[in-house]
Amino acid sequence: MAFVTANWNPLGEAFYRKIELYQMSWNLRDGLRDCLFAAAPYGGPIALLKEPQRRSPSARPQLEIYSSSGISMASFPWKSGPVKQLGWTVSDDLLCVQEDGTVLIYDLFGGFKRHFSMGNEVLQNHVMEAKVFHSPYGTGVAIVTGAFRFTLATNIDDLKLRRLPEVPGLQGAPTCWAVLTQDRQSKVLLASGAELYILDNTACILVTPPGLSPQATSIFHMAVSFSYKYLALFTDSGHVWMGSANLKDKLSEVETKVRTPPKQMAWCRRPKSHQPSVVIMWDRHLLVAGECKDTIQYPAPKDCGVVVTDLDLSCGYHLDDESVLVPELDGVRIVSGTHHELLQEVPAACEEIFKIASMAPGALLLEAHKEYEKESQKADEYLREIKEQSLLGEAVRQCVEAAGYEHEPETQKTLLRAASFGKCFLSNFPPEQFVSMCRDLRVLNAVRDYTVGIPLTQPQYKQMTVQVLIDRLVYRKLYPLAIEICRYLKTPEYQGVSRVLKHWACCKVQQKEEADEVIARAISLKLGEAAGISYSEIAARAYECGRTELAIKLLEFEPRSGEQVPLLLKMKRSQLALSKAIESGDTDLVYTVVTYLKNEMNRGDFFMTLRNQPVALSLYRQFCKYQEQDTLKDLFNQDDDHQELGNFYVRASYQEGKLEARMALLQSAVDEYNKAKNEFAAKATEEEMRLLRFQRRVEEEKAERVLGSSLQDTMHCLLTAGLHKQAEQLYKDFRVPDKRYWWLKLTALAEKEDWDELEKFAKSKKSPIGYLPFVEVCVKHRNKYEAKKYVSKVTPEQRVKAHLAVGELEGAADVAIERRNEGEISLVLSRCSPTTDRALLERLNRARSTVAKK
Amino acid sequence: MAYSSRRDAPELPDFSLLKRLAKDQLIYLLEQLPGKKDLFIDADLMSPLDRIASVTTLKQHEVDKLYKVENKPIVSTCDQLCFLIRPRIQTVRWVADIVNADKAAGRFRRYKIIFSPQKFYACETILEEQGVYGDVSTDEWAFYLLPLDDDIISLELPEFFRDNFLEGDQRWVMTAGSTLHLLHSLYGPFSKVYGIGRCAKMTYESWRELVEEGEQRARKSDIGNVFLIDRDVDFVTPLCSQVVYEGLVDDIFRIKCGSVEFGPDVTSSDKSVKVMLNSQDKVFNEIRNEHFSNVFSFLSQKARNLQTAYDKRKGMDIKQMKTFVAEELKGLKQEHRLLSLHIGASESMMKKKTKQDFQELLKTEHSLLEGFEIRECIAYIEEHINRQVSMIDSLRLLCLLSLTENGLLPKDYRSLKAQYLQSYGIEHLLTFANLRQLGLLVEQQPGETLTVMESKVGKLVNDKTAGKLTDAFSSLAKKSNFRALSKRLVLVPKSGEEYDLRVPRDMAYIFSGAYIPLSCRLIEQVLERDGWTGLEEVTRMLNGNEFAVTAGSNGAETKVKTDAQRIILVMFLGGCSYSEISALRFLGKERGYKFIVVTTAIINSARMLEAMLDNHV
Repeated sequence: MAFVTANWNPLGEAFYRKIELYQMSWNLRDGLRDCLFAAAPYGGPIALLKEPQRRSPSARPQLEIYSSSGISMASFPWKSGPVKQLGWTVSDDLLCVQEDGTVLIYDLFGGFKRHFSMGNEVLQNHVMEAKVFHSPYGTGVAIVTGAFRFTLATNIDDLKLRRLPEVPGLQGAPTCWAVLTQDRQSKVLLASGAELYILDNTACILVTPPGLSPQATSIFHMAVSFSYKYLALFTDSGHVWMGSANLKDKLSEVETKVRTPPKQMAWCRRPKSHQPSVVIMWDRHLLVAGECKDTIQYPAPKDCGVVVTDLDLSCGYHLDDESVLVPELDGVRIVSGTHHELLQEVPAACEEIFKIASMAPGALLLEAHKEYEKESQKADEYLREIKEQSLLGEAVRQCVEAAGYEHEPETQKTLLRAASFGKCFLSNFPPEQFVSMCRDLRVLNAVRDYTVGIPLTQPQYKQMTVQVLIDRLVYRKLYPLAIEICRYLKTPEYQGVSRVLKHWACCKVQQKEEADEVIARAISLKLGEAAGISYSEIAARAYECGRTELAIKLLEFEPRSGEQVPLLLKMKRSQLALSKAIESGDTDLVYTVVTYLKNEMNRGDFFMTLRNQPVALSLYRQFCKYQEQDTLKDLFNQDDDHQELGNFYVRASYQEGKLEARMALLQSAVDEYNKAKNEFAAKATEEEMRLLRFQRRVEEEKAERVLGSSLQDTMHCLLTAGLHKQAEQLYKDFRVPDKRYWWLKLTALAEKEDWDELEKFAKSKKSPIGYLPFVEVCVKHRNKYEAKKYVSKVTPEQRVKAHLAVGELEGAADVAIERRNEGEISLVLSRCSPTTDRALLERLNRARSTVAKK
Repeated sequence: MAYSSRRDAPELPDFSLLKRLAKDQLIYLLEQLPGKKDLFIDADLMSPLDRIASVTTLKQHEVDKLYKVENKPIVSTCDQLCFLIRPRIQTVRWVADIVNADKAAGRFRRYKIIFSPQKFYACETILEEQGVYGDVSTDEWAFYLLPLDDDIISLELPEFFRDNFLEGDQRWVMTAGSTLHLLHSLYGPFSKVYGIGRCAKMTYESWRELVEEGEQRARKSDIGNVFLIDRDVDFVTPLCSQVVYEGLVDDIFRIKCGSVEFGPDVTSSDKSVKVMLNSQDKVFNEIRNEHFSNVFSFLSQKARNLQTAYDKRKGMDIKQMKTFVAEELKGLKQEHRLLSLHIGASESMMKKKTKQDFQELLKTEHSLLEGFEIRECIAYIEEHINRQVSMIDSLRLLCLLSLTENGLLPKDYRSLKAQYLQSYGIEHLLTFANLRQLGLLVEQQPGETLTVMESKVGKLVNDKTAGKLTDAFSSLAKKSNFRALSKRLVLVPKSGEEYDLRVPRDMAYIFSGAYIPLSCRLIEQVLERDGWTGLEEVTRMLNGNEFAVTAGSNGAETKVKTDAQRIILVMFLGGCSYSEISALRFLGKERGYKFIVVTTAIINSARMLEAMLDNHV
């Protein structure tokens, strides 16, 4: 514990520390010399291309990919053209920028994914220098060509190449340049001698950083901070200028007294820190420059960190080995052939606690806990001191926070134990911070383990989120660890475990050596009932790998049939897709498949397919009915559905205006009905045709508008027009039932008030409907006189009704009494009013009582 | 009402929320097209829209002119056209034609189609085929449910019936599922779901899928039980003449979206009056479920009470008069107005319905239901056709005959059909084809007796592969088995006993004591038995597809009969009639339940049969 501050170096107000992350497990013969090197931020993987410049065509450089701890993940000979630059995308893919402007993308395990070109201009003039950069829009590539022109792509996943305008008067290569992201745009900042230009889409603007010392005649190097907020420039006069990236403010300027161009320069500023600081590296020499005039120089003499106040550069400190700086959110990683270190500003919480002779509450609490462990009563004294200032809560918080920043599990534990000890003396102290810190550290320590090799700091972890960390683990195929973390953090299943399992399954289906059956079983066994698993996605992956049979097997596990359909269509299993669509109950989906089939198959097969799927068939018929009448006909034809065809023609016939066309359609209908052995319909249709012909004749000869009416209406029309002969003919020709004809003629004549004709008709023969209707119809037309003529003809059973209808109470009474029918007598009685003749009333009453007696 | 309700009957949930939701969404959609615009509204959506948003509301959101969708060219000078339509192919084509006409004329406008309640892929295909997909923006107005009254919610989708049961087009099933989901998320969770019918089952499954996809919020349930029922389970009930006041008003004057237009013969003036018929109308609320024969006496009693209330004025001093005018008079006036309207309506109905022929019609219907004097019935129907009394009524009687007799004898079938065609024209060949397809009017296959048919249906149901094949056209294979069902469920009370319609003893009162509606009887039985056990024979005859699912996993909780448990949502897929609603209200009062009826549309015999006519194409 006493040595926590051993690696601290003060700079101005703050301290800087260098922590060893790993002893690299790789074995590089020549260290990092003559290598193209790229390390992904957030503790990502490292790519190395040894001796990129081919010495002879036969000698192929080796491309190697390592984890941050130096464990080899891939290694293969480089067979494509000369590589200018390596870089990593935000999703851990490797970009290799070739001299000819082609960019090749590989995955973490060296598997080739795709490539793209940076354009013709780049191809012609070659890449002189390239940079891979990250912005909120993704990963970008910037290139300066042999003709000193810049080409830029902001997002390689949505490739839009932009050629930036020419820099006026630029004769040679820019001395240095960098990509900035400002105002939602990527720009290039470049230095040519002492001149500084900003290149955006449209213009090239000359800029001057405020307060840059005038001695400078050339800008050797520049560095943009991780957040694109700050810029550092290194000039030939040995000055480091630090300011905002928009070149509006100057933060500080430090004289390093080194006048040689540095190899690398990187910002080393933690978020919320007040001190800007950059790390500058020369061949064997590292320097941290901050706000004050001081700098820190590495490597320091073995005994202690030295603050060089008055620099004597002639005695340079040497780095042990060729090294590379990797800028991070809250520090700079230094990778060398043997070591991997993190250089960062000491976080405030750690500083408070561990600074020598610190009296901060956290420091006291730590001390108190130490004494407590030693069973010394001093523990109480320290505690008392904190409690007196009522700062115990603050002390606990400090310890918890500081634990997050510490890399050594032992230190973390000490701090957390102290915090836990302090908590005991507090009531109502919210536990969340402590609990979540313990969790975070557990996860962080697990991924920092050298076998995994992701040296994340706690702020980085918070910034990248658990989801992304899980993604990265999945991407490295560390499925068990990912699942453990999900379970440990209790991530909701569909975001956590299920997602990991899905990736695992997607990876599993690519294992070519295993049989479909085995893989399908393994997947279903492992995935089981996990929530939110989309088997269709896994199946889609299997299909992409050319394993159609496996894909179909996997789809069987998909519980939502709707999800299966698009892939089945893609795999040309259209029949199966159709059944699944129908199973899903989503008619829109069914319809999608039907439309697809319609375009994909020949008509015959299409119809056959529909025929076996009544649901789809009905749906398609509905569509055709409104949109494609002819298709509908073809559909029935195909099915030999003559009944429906007949109906189809009948429907068509009454939409048709012209009589000839109508007849033709009806004739087709007759034929179809005959084929369907529906004699009834055929006969009915034939009769309709006969009727139509008849109607046309009537229209021509008698100018009565009857065309298209029903038989009944036609006869009615004829009768009211007085065309009795024609009506009679229809009656005979169409074998109209007598009752119907009599009713019809009766009402028609009554409507016309042709009473003579009616009488003639009544006498023509015995009425099949009796004569009561005659009475009633006449009464309805308010002709009681005519009505009375028929009363006598009415059968005795109905005569009472007839008499009542014409209003003859007496007659009704006579008949009723004569028939000795109690019901009828009552009926007549009910019609009697107070004005009725007393004698009649008496007679009725008497008759009723006699009938009742019997 | 003649019967008093149980005092512990639970309160109904508040459904006005549904209206608010629909209104807010419509306003949001209109605002998506900023600036002045003309709005074209589907004729079918006019009345429902009227219940949701007033013209003023529409105008507030920059709707300039309102038009009804008619399939002809438009006259509009506005630069933005908005179409509020049902997702129908014809209407979308019409819109596409408008766009293309504008294009040809070199006119530039913005077009937006709002589909209600949802859009279908087929509609988008039309836009694509007509080459206007890029010119028209589309949206959905998820206006699924219109509360017509405290206990009636309608989807206002009359085409559901024909599309689903006749054409075998299942696209509305998802809509029904979404509807149920909406109710579930607002008033659920439901603890028990019963159902019968193929469409009911599919709706249930579609809803379950939505529930599983979405998040579950724990809330206190307003509606405990749900009963889903397909219209084709019971065709008989909606085909009977309605004799309960509300049903009768619907049969004669046609209630549209909860409102009715009384013509001059009712208002006894030269104007027509539109009246909302719901529980807000106090007079109507008391007579709506009454058998028609009681209505008149009730109304006259009411008139007398009203007179007494008016008469209170006599002998009042100034002060009393002042309070009377301020507090009571307005209510009395209102009641007076409504009373005179309903008396007018009853008179007009009396004129039509107490006539001899209506009595004979009812007698025939009752004979058919009981299965007596079938030959006389057939003769009556024949005369009915011959005399051209009414196209729809004749058809209705034919269907009733076929349903109750398990099809017509071939001889009768042919002769009646021929008569009908002579009366109303050959195009009814198609109507008959439709009715046969649906199983409403069929010909008995020679040699097939009831038992043979029954065993055949039973076999079809048991045999799974056959079941699959005939699934889509289940109606074809389906026989009504009405007689057997009637016997088993005692749908027709013993004749000969006097039935006092003023004191109803069962649901049969809605058909003058002659018949208990099958649909409501099924609901009653299932609720009583808490499932289908003991009704196996019945479900077999109804073609199966019954289910009863307990949704909540905690069985202990459902045992407690909470208020929500006694609120039952009955969803009719394919529509229901006012008589059925009256019957359920009666059942609810008897058993201490409250029924909420959700239906795809309110139907009656005329609407149902008109949907079968084929001349609307």
